[in-house]
Amino acid sequence: MIGMRPLPLLIVLLMALALQACSREDFSEDEKALIGQLRLSQLGPLKPDPSNAVADDPRAAAFGEALFFDTGFSVDGTVSCATCHLPERQFQDDRPLARGIGTTDRRTMPLAGASHGQWFFWDGRKDSLWAQALGPMEDAREHAGNRVAFAHRVERAYRDEYEAVFGPLPVLSGLPDEASPLGTAAQQEAWDRIGDDRKTEIDIVFSNLGKALAAFQRTIVHEETRFDRFAEAVIAGRRPEGDAEFNSLEVEGLKLFIGKANCIDCHNGPRFTDEFFHNTGVPAVAGLAGDRGRAQAVEQVLADPFNCMGPYSDAKEEECEELRFMVRDSPEMEGAFKTPSLRGAANRLPYMHAGQIATLEDVIDHYSAAPAAPGGQSELRGVIFTDRGRAALVALLKTLD
Amino acid sequence: MRKWLLAGVVLAALAVVVVVAVRMLMPPPDDLDLARSKPSDGGTYVVSVEPEAEPVERGELHAWIVTVALPDGSAVADAELTVDGGMPQHGHGLPTAPASAGHIGDGRYRVEGVRFNMGGWWVLKFGISSPAGDDTAEFNLVL
Ligand SMILES: [Cu+2]
Repeated sequence: MIGMRPLPLLIVLLMALALQACSREDFSEDEKALIGQLRLSQLGPLKPDPSNAVADDPRAAAFGEALFFDTGFSVDGTVSCATCHLPERQFQDDRPLARGIGTTDRRTMPLAGASHGQWFFWDGRKDSLWAQALGPMEDAREHAGNRVAFAHRVERAYRDEYEAVFGPLPVLSGLPDEASPLGTAAQQEAWDRIGDDRKTEIDIVFSNLGKALAAFQRTIVHEETRFDRFAEAVIAGRRPEGDAEFNSLEVEGLKLFIGKANCIDCHNGPRFTDEFFHNTGVPAVAGLAGDRGRAQAVEQVLADPFNCMGPYSDAKEEECEELRFMVRDSPEMEGAFKTPSLRGAANRLPYMHAGQIATLEDVIDHYSAAPAAPGGQSELRGVIFTDRGRAALVALLKTLD
Repeated sequence: MRKWLLAGVVLAALAVVVVVAVRMLMPPPDDLDLARSKPSDGGTYVVSVEPEAEPVERGELHAWIVTVALPDGSAVADAELTVDGGMPQHGHGLPTAPASAGHIGDGRYRVEGVRFNMGGWWVLKFGISSPAGDDTAEFNLVL
């Protein structure tokens, strides 16, 4: 065969054009602006947490780190924070549902950079990292501990560390071994018999454990990825070199991510999250009660004695801006869950708030199919991907590992 | 001849793909009114808005200054403001519930607790009530 007939020639030309459109030199100014905002270097320093006076105190962080790994703060000495938040696994556990003393109804969240958000847990039922840390410690499915037992343990094992940061421990003699307003029936009865002043003293110790744990978690940061090295080069107008170079599939994935696939709407900024709540029509989990997500968390965070405006917070009321300006009644919050960061996500299956979706490919199929939500209204507008488009998005997400 | 016809079909299909892709990207309309000062919808007031600090940063909680005047230019010092808004192309509201912290002089009101959690076209809607009447005013911005 000599020469090309018109149709094959046309196809070759079109393919060449398509490839051209994907070359890395070919990002538009708008695309460059979007790529630029995703760089880790654009993540500012952590904002102060006015509700936690020791948030950035290194002694508090060291104490918090010891607490984080101590199984002594659980009902039977088997569970610590690190049971589900494994340091070598991005501080999560690779399971669909977290498992402590029992099994919870949500996926363990990774911890890097978490303190950049404003709301904690998948539904945001806590408004600070320190208030969040208190939840699992008394949850019967997680540590299943109780705050009076925690105070006794601090006195036995951490008196110096505690008092160096928070001042003198209260006198604990005469208190029961176990008591909590959230514990077993016996623990609740024991709590009811404690006088109000001593209850407050215990709650101060309990909240201080959360504040130390938060100080430690504020030191867990994101690490630079191939994506960041590529994006820095694009923004600087340099040719990405070494592992910073993207192949054509990865470039295509990036173009989809910031363009037609609309991923960047919610997965924006250096953490690839808008830190807010969205209903994306993720299926319910068989055997679990319907999960209303953010819709049921609003009352919980308002009623939480450990919230920013509560007696254990170090903030003035006017500093509690997230709580003051929180959306309270919105049908959009029905079945809505927090947008997770995509940094490291490729290596962190399964996905979604209860691990409902097994692989990244399945996640992209979910966004493509955009099924109706089990409760509330899904925000997804289905995007049809070709097999190559799907592979391209997966390739891009892997550059964030 | 048939081959050229085929080529035509391929081109037409490509054109459709391009149109669909462009529609999905949904840039804000070209003729979007970005004016920061305008008569209220019913003409009762002239309303001007500006963020307390420029530029407005995605994700940051911040405040806006809303200035309310009568059409003759006189300041309205006794207005009650409500705030609403969202992203028309995404079909969702604001991620926070901003509120007016009251009159700060010369018909100016500080609206606190505003956050835009995404890039794109946002609308801020103000409800204004004073003895002069109830009215509304809408402003567009692109982030
Ligand atoms: Cu939006």
